[in-house]
Amino acid sequence: MKHAIYEVVDDRLVVHLPGEVDDHSSGRIQEETEKYLQGGGIRYMIFDFTNTSFMDSSGIGVLLGRYKRMKQLGGNVAVFGEDNRIKRILNISGIYQIMESLTK
Amino acid sequence: MEETRGKKETMRLEIESLSCNEAFARVAVAAFMARMDPTVEEVDDVKTAVSEAVTNCVIHAYGGGEGKIWIQAEVEGSLLTVQVRDSGVGISDVKKAMEPLYTGKPEAGRSGMGFSFMEAFMDEVQVDSVPGEGTVVTMKKKLGQ
Repeated sequence: MKHAIYEVVDDRLVVHLPGEVDDHSSGRIQEETEKYLQGGGIRYMIFDFTNTSFMDSSGIGVLLGRYKRMKQLGGNVAVFGEDNRIKRILNISGIYQIMESLTK
Repeated sequence: MEETRGKKETMRLEIESLSCNEAFARVAVAAFMARMDPTVEEVDDVKTAVSEAVTNCVIHAYGGGEGKIWIQAEVEGSLLTVQVRDSGVGISDVKKAMEPLYTGKPEAGRSGMGFSFMEAFMDEVQVDSVPGEGTVVTMKKKLGQ
């Protein structure tokens, strides 16, 4: 999976992230999620890492950008499906301090 | 890999400054370091650090324009050294550029964590830059710690 896949469930936008989230793949995630937000009615954005095995700080930039945007709209952001590699990245960057993980 | 232990081995790569080469560069270095029999975690660390350094070249050194990026990796015993070099705009204040959360492009949704990630995942990161001439990032990691 090279590009993100989007799924709207009620007021939630689920972003199924691609296998590698880097500078190359993350730019369009910002743009594409913005289109869904402009349609209105989205309160929660959930980043699904189930298929993701690599992410660098470019991905963190997108997560933070989307977090700020959802907060502006009075909504929230959560993460889901992270494996140990992604967990390390989210830990080091402090993402877990602002975003809830829905991974059991 | 008893027969290669202690000997110095080097790999050099020249790539265009394109975002699609970020993945190519990190995978190439990961493949080169396979001879060191690294753990999965060590490979992931190096891939992340290389990705950060090459992304800096693409975004900052060449500003999305044309340019070449040179990557050199060297194995000596259990020490891996990776050097990422560009001939782009250079960094006038390296200390500031390396501060956590500092970004030269705040409008572009960048985290400002690139150098912090390199430092977190490698043992040693050195940045030498001459404005107008380019930047060399040298990263070292001892495997099997």
